[in-house]
Amino acid sequence: MDAHPTAHEHEHAHPTPGTYAKIGVFLFVLTALEVGLYEGTYGEHAGSFGASLQPFFVPLLLALSAIKFALVAMYYMHLKNDSKLFSGVFVFPIIIAAVIIVGLIVLQTYHWAFASTGG
Amino acid sequence: MSADAHALETSTGLDSRKLAIWTFIGSECLFFASLISNYLVQKPRSLVGPLAHEAWTDPATGKVFEPIIEIPLVTVGTALLLFSSLFIVLALNGAQKGNRQQLIGWLGATLLCGMFFVGMQVYEFTHFVHKGLTLQRNLFGASFFVLTGFHGTHVTIGVIWLFTMFVLALRGQLPPKRAVNLEIAALYWHFVDVVWIIIFPVVYLIK
Repeated sequence: MDAHPTAHEHEHAHPTPGTYAKIGVFLFVLTALEVGLYEGTYGEHAGSFGASLQPFFVPLLLALSAIKFALVAMYYMHLKNDSKLFSGVFVFPIIIAAVIIVGLIVLQTYHWAFASTGG
Repeated sequence: MSADAHALETSTGLDSRKLAIWTFIGSECLFFASLISNYLVQKPRSLVGPLAHEAWTDPATGKVFEPIIEIPLVTVGTALLLFSSLFIVLALNGAQKGNRQQLIGWLGATLLCGMFFVGMQVYEFTHFVHKGLTLQRNLFGASFFVLTGFHGTHVTIGVIWLFTMFVLALRGQLPPKRAVNLEIAALYWHFVDVVWIIIFPVVYLIK
């Protein structure tokens, strides 16, 4: 008896073209939101509301990007329906990548803070 | 799953070619993470302009360098790259169903979007050089050109790869049983798209 699942068993139904199109439109709307957020916060015509948005600008932008990233990976790259092994092979390096980015920024920030104070 | 893939018995039960491209994509995540980290760390340390979002005046000559980043063109490029991801899943859907017209039409549209993106980046780089930003000028220029240049190189490789798929489709050599070949190329294409999803706000929008 074969203990391993076959390739066919790992494969599930992919989304329909209609679902792909809806996701495409949603991705476009999210991109427009990103640019709109930038223009509303730092653009030439940004008013007092724009200034009040500045503390939330980076977290909002990163959240919008994360949603777009997840949608493309789950639906267009089929991770939602494909084998979990593919998800693991993709997500594990992303976690390491995030740690590298945050780690380097923190390290450099402290390094320059100490350098500027002569510490 | 294609008939070709069924013919390949593996210990995981998965198509080895798909596992290979996912492993490659995983390694590419680390590659781009190092370039993005480098950009974030180096960008604020530029001693001379031009800068990304602020004007800079050269104290020696009094020459004013305007902010280098221009959002409208790159937004169009970003939108087209996103739509190209939609187009290629529709092409793949056509390949899997044996719908040659759908395959060729959407694959052609994907290629056009990819070529526009590369053209946009060549124009942008040329424009930036004319405005005084070069690889050697400052840390922002060095890290910007390295990050976006490597991404552009990946897009160019993707365009060439998809062009070979397009030629195969035109010749009728991409039947449903070989759709996994297009699926692998599509995974690479989606990856360059998701990398741009990160690069676009980090480089162009965040001050």
